[in-house]
Amino acid sequence: MSFLTELYAYVFYGAALVFVSGLTYKVVQYTLAPAPLKVPTTPAPTTRGGVVLRMTREVVLFESLFRGNKWTWMFGWLFHFGLFLVTLRHLRYFLNPVPAFIEFIQPFGVYAGFAMMIGLLGLWARRFLVDRVRYISAPADHLMLGLLLLIGASGLLIHFLVHTDIVAVKTFIVGLYRFDFSPLPTDPVLLLHLALVAGLMIIFPYSKLLHAPGLFFSPTRNQVDNPRERRHLAAWASRLERP
Amino acid sequence: MAKATFKVPVLSQYPQLPPVTPGSMAHSAPFRSKPEFQAPLGFPGELVENWQQRAIEKMGELLGRYRSLRVYLDACVKCGACTDKCHYFLGTQDPKNMPVGRQDLMRKVYRRYFTPAGRLFPKLVGAEDLTKEVLDEWYGYFHQCSQCRRCSVFCPCGIDTAEISMAAREIMDAIGVGQKYCNEIIAKVYKVGNNLGLPGPALVNTLEGLEEDVFDDTGVRVRYPIDQVGAEILFVTPSADFFAEPHVDGLIGYGKVMHESGLSWTFSTLASEAANFGLFIGSYENMRRVAMRIREAAIQLKVKRIVFGECGHAWRVGYSFLNSLAGPWDFLDPRYPVPQHICEFTWDLIQQGRLTLDKSQNDDKVLTFHDSCNVARASRMGDTAGGQFEIPRAIIRATCNHFFDMDEETIRDRTFCCGGGGGLLTDDLIELRVKGAKPRMEALNNVIQEKGVTHMVAICAICKSQFTKVLPFYGMEMDQVISLHQLVSNAIVLTPRYDDADDGDGA
Ligand code: HEM
Ligand code: HEM
Ligand code: SF4
Ligand code: SF4
Ligand code: SF4
Repeated sequence: MSFLTELYAYVFYGAALVFVSGLTYKVVQYTLAPAPLKVPTTPAPTTRGGVVLRMTREVVLFESLFRGNKWTWMFGWLFHFGLFLVTLRHLRYFLNPVPAFIEFIQPFGVYAGFAMMIGLLGLWARRFLVDRVRYISAPADHLMLGLLLLIGASGLLIHFLVHTDIVAVKTFIVGLYRFDFSPLPTDPVLLLHLALVAGLMIIFPYSKLLHAPGLFFSPTRNQVDNPRERRHLAAWASRLERP
Repeated sequence: MAKATFKVPVLSQYPQLPPVTPGSMAHSAPFRSKPEFQAPLGFPGELVENWQQRAIEKMGELLGRYRSLRVYLDACVKCGACTDKCHYFLGTQDPKNMPVGRQDLMRKVYRRYFTPAGRLFPKLVGAEDLTKEVLDEWYGYFHQCSQCRRCSVFCPCGIDTAEISMAAREIMDAIGVGQKYCNEIIAKVYKVGNNLGLPGPALVNTLEGLEEDVFDDTGVRVRYPIDQVGAEILFVTPSADFFAEPHVDGLIGYGKVMHESGLSWTFSTLASEAANFGLFIGSYENMRRVAMRIREAAIQLKVKRIVFGECGHAWRVGYSFLNSLAGPWDFLDPRYPVPQHICEFTWDLIQQGRLTLDKSQNDDKVLTFHDSCNVARASRMGDTAGGQFEIPRAIIRATCNHFFDMDEETIRDRTFCCGGGGGLLTDDLIELRVKGAKPRMEALNNVIQEKGVTHMVAICAICKSQFTKVLPFYGMEMDQVISLHQLVSNAIVLTPRYDDADDGDGA
């Protein structure tokens, strides 16, 4: 077994561990922090079902962003929708047998790769062209876009120019489930793609990528507007009521 | 035009996006609180010795108390959607008045002390130590946020900068850096019962005077009762309504509506203030203590219902928080929501056909309506989402013949703050207040030019005071802002009372 195969295997174990434990920690932390007051941004749904609808519109369509800024919405949505399809397409490396639905979207997945790149480029351009957005961009914001662009570019390169042995990649990944290391192809672009992906997994729980779980916990979006009908009391606040 | 020592923004027909001008409002900061205003609220009198450590501890405590703070400090993706949404940025061009710029003042400290990335690579993620300079910046810019929540409407993650401003003010209070205006007022509520420090006897006098005025005006004995045990309804309203202009004309209107409803009602000297400044300083404990006065008054006066007068922030606390803070309200009549807004009350009567309204009494005016942000984005009226926009407009349409809305992008949930909310309605912040009013003034000016609007209706005590003050800076008249219930008051046709013929001081 080659050194590279082993290195990548351990890097992926490590990255997966950081990703899962870091994210779990954050989600538990969000769950445990109480929301003592009703603060939905109104007009807000008055029923649970309405809140599920509102949240779905936020997650799928980026409704608030659409009202806020059309350009950012367009690029942002292209990027995320592309990312979503690319991720679905990637499931073929992880699942055996490959579900029919995943087979079906394979061709779209490639276009989605381009959509994702266009979206990322547009978002990055804003960070230079719009003075307000330039002002709020920290180095980390640029690096994040660069990282995703590099992952996308290397993936597209593999697909169109420097092909790799996809079957071997899959065997390698599926092997990881059973601690059975089968050789990973050594094409440099693939190795770059995978190294960057491991990096992304590691920074995920420690960066603004927490917006993905965070949105679901956002009290302005996930609360039902019914404060007069139902008393809402946090545990720490109810302690104030004891004389 | 009012005199200004700073440059008053020029209004234009099509709002323009200002270029960012760093530091343009760095000099703005309200007066500091004094030990005697800090103590009654439970805060240290002046900057404590180990303030940095105390501030970080307090921040940690708040992160455990408020999910909003916890999530919002992590979740911002720096997309920029909020950057052009704050009236203070639009009026001052200072990038630290962009909502995300304001949040970042706290986020950089949060990252430094609470996240691995900020501990290890502060430069990379923009993390900073909490230094004296940062504290001063906090004091300046967290008092340039009116907690109007306009930014939260457009943020894809729902980040509400108001939550962060409140937390920042609470942290500063905890280390002895309080703001004079808010803390002095809360101390006054504890001592006297209302923001303006009007003692009970003065209120009784004022209301008696009002009864006389209304009788002279209309020939009908409309009552303005106070501390009447056993009344059906406890009426809680901002104390400015008792005498400030144009507030008091609204209060006269409440009384006429109550008169027509035939229900007994009463103000209370104990709960003579609807506004709850505990909200502005983000202090749950103080907000609760202020709110409990309403509960005590309701029990003492044995009322069955609670109705709130026109006030934006008061209605936020009333509608959204009162049940949490001072509930449960199981001793009141369960057929009515607690509390009820006077607009809901009036609209119910109008729908039941129980008010006779003569619209022509308001024919001398062409009206528009300012949605107060805390009503628009932080509460509701009626049974359906958005009732807070429809009900006031329905009342306006029922009481006058000429009504035009301002530009769609500046009303309803996208309404612009008046510029004086959130504990900023103080003369030491006049430059900020004038500049922050610019987007609203622009929209108002446009309907004045295009539709001949003469008056703007508001349903918030702070909005009314703020507009009265800033309209002259923009070349308009201070009396162009009026109370919603002033329209009702003008239009309502009163039913005579049995004792109207008596002279003297009535029954
Ligand atoms: C529940 C899933 C997710 C939702 C609802 C969501 C939503 C959003 C929204 C609304 C924005 C702001 C608009 C924009 O700049 O695109 C955003 C930004 C961003 N998202 Fe997501 N996202 C999700 C998952 C992810 C994931 C899994 C990643 C990365 C692997 C990601 C990476 C990013 C990045 C890098 C930005 C900032 C773009 C910039 O720099 O302008 N998102 N997200
Ligand atoms: C362990 C995880 C991953 C593995 C094993 C992997 C592997 C691959 C391989 C082998 C290809 C070439 C496909 C072909 O030739 O048809 C590819 C393409 C691509 N990858 Fe990944 N990748 C992973 C994660 C990611 C992630 C997280 C992203 C996005 C952030 C990404 C974005 C892309 C893109 C945009 C393409 C080109 C379009 C496509 O073929 O779908 N990959 N990846
Ligand atoms: S809450 Fe209002 S004042 Fe504060 S940052 Fe947001 S838009 Fe500006
Ligand atoms: S809109 Fe929300 S996520 Fe975007 S920069 Fe502003 S606060 Fe951050
Ligand atoms: S004073 Fe009025 S407009 Fe200003 S923040 Fe409060 S409710 Fe909004």
